[in-house]
Amino acid sequence: MSARRGPSRRQFLKTSAGLVIGFTVAPKTRLFAFQQPGGAPALPPPNAFLRIGEDDTVTVILAHSEMGQGVWTTLPMLVAEELECDWAKIRVENAPAAPAYGHTAYGAQMTGGSTSTWSELDRYRQVGAMAREMLIAAAAAEWKVDRESCRAEKGFVVSGDRRASYGSLAKSAAQQTPPASVALKDRKDWKIVGKPTRRLDSASKVAGKATFGMDVRVPGMKVAQIERSPVFGGRVKSFKADKAKAVPGVRAVVEVPSGIAVVADHFWAARLGRQALEIEWDLGPGASLDTGKTLEEYRARLGAEGLKAKAAGDVGPALAKASKRVDAEYAFPYLAHAAMEPLNATAVVGPDGVDVWAGTQFQSGDQAAAAKIAGVAPEKVRLHTTFLGGGFGRRANPANDFVAEAVQVAKASGMPVKVVWTREDDMHGGYYRPMWAHKVSAGLGADGRPVAWKQTIVGQSIMEGTPFAMMIKEGIDETSVEGVVDSPYIEAIPHHHVGLHSPKSPVPVLWWRSVGHTHTAFVMETMVDELAAAAGQDPLAYRRRLLQKAPRHLGVLELAAARAGWGTPAPAGRFRGLAVHSSFGSYVAQVAEVSVEKGKVRVHRVVCAIDCGICVNPAGVTAQMESAIVFGLSAALYGAITLKDGRVQQSNFDDYLVLRLDEMPKVEVHIVSSSEKAGGAGEPGTPPIAPAVANAVFAATGKRLRNLPLKLA
Amino acid sequence: MKIDVNGQVREVDVPADMPLLWVLRDVLGMTGTKYGCGIAQCGACTVHVDGEAVRSCATGVSEVQGKKVTTIEGLGASGLHPVQRAWIEADVVQCGWCQPGQIMAAAALLKTKPKPSDGDIDEALSGNICRCGTYQRIRAAVHRASDLTAAGERRAEAGAERSEGLVSEMSAAAGAKS
Ligand code: FES
Ligand code: FES
Repeated sequence: MSARRGPSRRQFLKTSAGLVIGFTVAPKTRLFAFQQPGGAPALPPPNAFLRIGEDDTVTVILAHSEMGQGVWTTLPMLVAEELECDWAKIRVENAPAAPAYGHTAYGAQMTGGSTSTWSELDRYRQVGAMAREMLIAAAAAEWKVDRESCRAEKGFVVSGDRRASYGSLAKSAAQQTPPASVALKDRKDWKIVGKPTRRLDSASKVAGKATFGMDVRVPGMKVAQIERSPVFGGRVKSFKADKAKAVPGVRAVVEVPSGIAVVADHFWAARLGRQALEIEWDLGPGASLDTGKTLEEYRARLGAEGLKAKAAGDVGPALAKASKRVDAEYAFPYLAHAAMEPLNATAVVGPDGVDVWAGTQFQSGDQAAAAKIAGVAPEKVRLHTTFLGGGFGRRANPANDFVAEAVQVAKASGMPVKVVWTREDDMHGGYYRPMWAHKVSAGLGADGRPVAWKQTIVGQSIMEGTPFAMMIKEGIDETSVEGVVDSPYIEAIPHHHVGLHSPKSPVPVLWWRSVGHTHTAFVMETMVDELAAAAGQDPLAYRRRLLQKAPRHLGVLELAAARAGWGTPAPAGRFRGLAVHSSFGSYVAQVAEVSVEKGKVRVHRVVCAIDCGICVNPAGVTAQMESAIVFGLSAALYGAITLKDGRVQQSNFDDYLVLRLDEMPKVEVHIVSSSEKAGGAGEPGTPPIAPAVANAVFAATGKRLRNLPLKLA
Repeated sequence: MKIDVNGQVREVDVPADMPLLWVLRDVLGMTGTKYGCGIAQCGACTVHVDGEAVRSCATGVSEVQGKKVTTIEGLGASGLHPVQRAWIEADVVQCGWCQPGQIMAAAALLKTKPKPSDGDIDEALSGNICRCGTYQRIRAAVHRASDLTAAGERRAEAGAERSEGLVSEMSAAAGAKS
């Protein structure tokens, strides 16, 4: 936001609750406005991340989006730990889209890959430490005492019997030269980091006051819906808008690349107008898509090795010599993210650039896309991040679909517009977790241990055709094979070969909570269970043997098994299954307790152990395990997007079922105390649940289910 | 057409069959009530009509004429409702999109069943989807809200004053460690 804007603009920004007011427009006198640390390029610019008000409030500016995973609380904890401020005085704001907020590992400003906490562990602590040092320097100068005699304590600088609040020091602290380097506290001295801490966004969310993307309202704003092609890749051939325009409340009908947008006074008028549209489509080849046929093609490809993703020894002869051999094929459907808040974005295209409001996980990409559409420089796009009503990867789209459309409709109609997707639009909109097929042939030695492992994987690449395509190495998209090529099981097998086929399809695909691990963990953990059975060994004992060189896998496995009572009888009618998997720098084991009645699988209890290294907020990690388990269970029991004649067969929560409260198992989470490098927490809880349940179903029925969603009969 | 929302009579000029949800959100600007499915499948849009939990996405605005509509914004007449306080204590919220609907459904349940069993909670809240999977905490928070309500009534009977204002509650909740 530029300071040139007039009062009406300022007013509007302030009255739109939850929107970002950049620190550059706020009155300077009330700010702890640091200068850029000239001599210390290694340290982050503190004014970008922190403001201290004269009223003692400490406002932490978030470089990451809050989508339920808890960064609204975790990142302020990091600042507060070093700042020594009063936790009750913390306020939080979303950052604008700007280079200063680039991801410390990815470069681009984005939230994903379960990286927010570990990637900010140093930066946000450094910000707190720098501010603390400058406050101390300001107090020492004012009191004319030695810096060493001053200390920071719960929002005050204290020296002898003098005390000054941070707010009272904010102005003079801003005049201090930022330190060239700061020492971070020793872990043993942490007071906040590592302590279970409740969320800071609860109060506004339970009151209905938090602003999500769909809640944004700007002056003169219209609401638009877009009628998109009924099949992927289709184009508008021609359309008639007379009837739509005659609907009361409809203000404009405009064509955009994805379809025809009806711009109206409200959602309902847009919907009625949309129903009155007459569109002729050029459907293209997408009209013949059929996921049943796709699966047959994938299965046919399993016969050929594919591109080598990992290999050792000589797997063919080793398989032939094995004393026992197990072969299995697996299939996984497309999955929709189905975040609770359907996709949406708001855009105003003005003479001075573009304003966009969106619950997005990918500020840099969306800002660039908006700039390109509007024909302005990226810095002329003011991207205001709101709360996200769920993300799960869908709101980090390299194709920037939902943000681009809003800018296109605003530009074409000349009106401030909020484009809202219906649930049906969201479900039909693509960017699914890809379909996958796997085949594994494993050979066991005389002692029952696997000596040969041949695996073939078939499925669309997520990276292909996106700006992330440079991460595809020698034809292998790492996200297609993660969880296999880094598996400690395969590592320990002398002869192995993993091959990949990456067929193309008009169906757009994307990362979906835990990405490749959604299918690879299932294959690895159910196959190892099969091998244990083939070897006549207990699933826990068998894994123990195979994981000798994987202490963190073993650690969570033992912990979950012990807490679940593995080896003791389960309650009558219930059966246990387990799984362990590492992803996003963390290690998770789960034991599922299930019953099977009349062909229906019911999960009663899940015991989960996680080792995420240094744990910043155990309460948040626990919540993420619960959340990830439910997300994975929905997919394990129900999730499937299917296509027939190019049309997506599912539309809403009546035919794309998700777990509901009456099916919720009791979830118990145990966190391993660890001083290893911090790992992720948002995603690693999802991969183990489906195989743990499938293995429990085997224990209950003797049937090996190798396709998701799990279906008996 | 006139409708009574949170005790205020509002005049709206909209089609009679326009769902209450969109009247609230897009006409009256009350965005606390959320849209999740539009076909009475997810509960995100739950409001109270004459005290009963109703799916506002599947309720034509004309159907609520002459009735009292309560939304999340009007649930706690002064400060936070016990259900909202219980939600904060149990750290239920994740993304939060489903939570106003969950809270409205829970508050309606507690009105008819002040001491609900797990079965009662399952029955009353299984129409409310949470993609973030907060169900276990929702169950715990409904029980907690039941306790808070009972305690509130005891205090009221004893003539005790309500000591917690919204602000102190919110900051206490923000600062509390579990
Ligand atoms: S939006 Fe009304 S029940 Fe889903
Ligand atoms: S908290 Fe995200 S959908 Fe319930």
